[in-house]
Amino acid sequence: MSVDLDDPGLQAPPDSPNGHVELAPMRPGALRWNDVAIFLGAAVSSLSLVWLVYERLAPTSGALGFLICWVLTFLLVYWIVVREVDGPLVATDKLVAVGIGIVAVGLLVPLVSILVYIIYQGLHALTVGFFLRDMTGISPQQPASAGGAAHAIVGSLEQVGLALVISVPIGITAAVYMNEVRGRMTRAVRTFVNAMSGVPSIVAGLFIYAIWLLQFHHSFSGFAAALALSILMLPTVARTAEEVLRLVPDGLREASLALGSPEWRTTWSVVLPTARSGLVTAVILGMARAVGETAPLIMTSFGTQTMNWNPFSGAQQSLPLFVWQQYQLGGGAVGTPGFLRAFTGAFALIMVVLILFVIARLFGRSKFSSR
Amino acid sequence: MDDAPGAALATSDAAGPRAISRNRTTADRVYRGVAAAGGMVTFVVLFLIGLFLVIRSVAALQVAGLKFFTTASWPPALTEHSQFGIAAIVYYTVEIALIALAIAVPVSIATALFIAEYAPRQIRKPLTSLVDLLAAVPSLIYGLWGFFYLQPKMVGISEWLNMHLGFIPIFQVTERLFTSSPFIAGVVVSLMVVPISTSVMREVFSQTPQGEKEAALALGGTRWGMVRKVVLPFGVGGMIGGSMLGLGRALGETIAVAIIISPLLTISPHILQSGGNSVAAWIALRFSESTGGLPLSALMAAGLTLFLLTLGVNVIASFIVSRSRSGSGIEI
Repeated sequence: MSVDLDDPGLQAPPDSPNGHVELAPMRPGALRWNDVAIFLGAAVSSLSLVWLVYERLAPTSGALGFLICWVLTFLLVYWIVVREVDGPLVATDKLVAVGIGIVAVGLLVPLVSILVYIIYQGLHALTVGFFLRDMTGISPQQPASAGGAAHAIVGSLEQVGLALVISVPIGITAAVYMNEVRGRMTRAVRTFVNAMSGVPSIVAGLFIYAIWLLQFHHSFSGFAAALALSILMLPTVARTAEEVLRLVPDGLREASLALGSPEWRTTWSVVLPTARSGLVTAVILGMARAVGETAPLIMTSFGTQTMNWNPFSGAQQSLPLFVWQQYQLGGGAVGTPGFLRAFTGAFALIMVVLILFVIARLFGRSKFSSR
Repeated sequence: MDDAPGAALATSDAAGPRAISRNRTTADRVYRGVAAAGGMVTFVVLFLIGLFLVIRSVAALQVAGLKFFTTASWPPALTEHSQFGIAAIVYYTVEIALIALAIAVPVSIATALFIAEYAPRQIRKPLTSLVDLLAAVPSLIYGLWGFFYLQPKMVGISEWLNMHLGFIPIFQVTERLFTSSPFIAGVVVSLMVVPISTSVMREVFSQTPQGEKEAALALGGTRWGMVRKVVLPFGVGGMIGGSMLGLGRALGETIAVAIIISPLLTISPHILQSGGNSVAAWIALRFSESTGGLPLSALMAAGLTLFLLTLGVNVIASFIVSRSRSGSGIEI
């Protein structure tokens, strides 16, 4: 909306000559002190009311319930007050706006809660040895300071690396087909990529187990895990890469073709380099998805207690699998060595995901990949 | 204009303008072929997944027949004569997914509307990033947090629901054990569904024609009136499609559910009570003890069921989004 509300022609005259009461001019989007006061007043009064009833009068307790009651009471009080001041139409409008805002901002609560809880619990048992030692000869009863997850970290790096080598070329090729070549099967390929992104991770694991271990008689290995992970990464990479390629200006393609380059040369030397930073984002987002996957690893790399540098032979550990197995050894009880090891692993895992995510955002900020 | 300089030049060395060849060079044909092959890998993989799951589940399906889908029990040691099936497991999978959707759909619609219509322009991008970050948190982390941190807090809410809304059948319990319930699993799964549904709905809402929105406001509508009469009807396809994509994700959720739920093989409608199941979690939990022959084949059959279920839901979802007015320009 480009109407300038400060335009003098739209304002009511300051003093009406014929003595009629003029309503003050009002900008619909403007924030009035009145509104802020009503908002804060409703928040404080509902907080006091809920505290009195919830904590003192009713036999209820618990922070989560308190928060829910407070939000509901606040919305009710706010609606009643705005209705008194501005009428029912405005009251409904503002109630919805505030309610939607609370829900959206409320999404931060679980996110922050997860990060804080995992980091808090993980830092408890974090030692340097966690990154240097494996679990060879460590019994589950030994304290969490014994042993470490070096074997899991190495396994995760190798498996995700191999999965990248498999899925990134295929994913970007598929994206090139969907956006640059636009052949007869473009719609079909897009549907398949969408369908593939919905494949549950456990099914990817079962499939690799059925084809790689049962059909071709290989044993558990990091490579089998990488195959399963690349099934999960491929659609993420393909979809994100396609979105990025779509942002490359058509003028660049046409300029290249007009200069006489063949299509492959245009894609290889103009389109892909232009989209480079966005493609890096696509790859990193795929990595972030793959590094935390647990379910397919149970039936492909199986997990082990000792360091296995070779991803092509023998069972291999990885961070999510380490966390899962330690959680099971801990038996769901708080404070056991298994619990502490699981949370230290979870801490390392979430740090990796956070770092990957931040790198992806930084790369994604360059000029061609931002909308 | 016969004497234009260009025309004179062109006619001077040849009989007419150069013929434009529409034939692609060999290199370009190879390039198109390679790209098409890359695209078809997705199809081949999907086909192979279906094929190999079918091959491996034949043994179990031959023993159990169609009763595989109607039997609730799954004895620890499967033999040729045991009764086993996934009725209870599928029932709880759908139950948890529906609980997750009941929470996630309203939250996703509200968040998507907030990002697309209500939020100040400066915080739209950070908010989108935060929603994406929720999607990047591994399922394992959700499970640990849900089990150790959220569950003790949710038990109070479960008790309250049971005490005050206990007349509704699903809120009844037969024994007062409120941990590891489908309700708590559903709440945790809903957090994983929200980012997926939100991103689809946000895309759709932001495609609403500016002219229609301005027309609603110019007619004197409030912002809520504009959203209710223009944005929501326009985005209805995206809302349905986004919810179904979320359903697909919720059905396939493995580790978080495996951590929270305590496996149960009898069908019970009490969502607040301990005990539930999910196909994916069941496979993950039973895999290590299901070596060889029939037990493994039965798990493969369960995996095949899950694969077909999620595939169907996802294909219908993308069909709905791409056929709706709002989603025609959107890929999900």
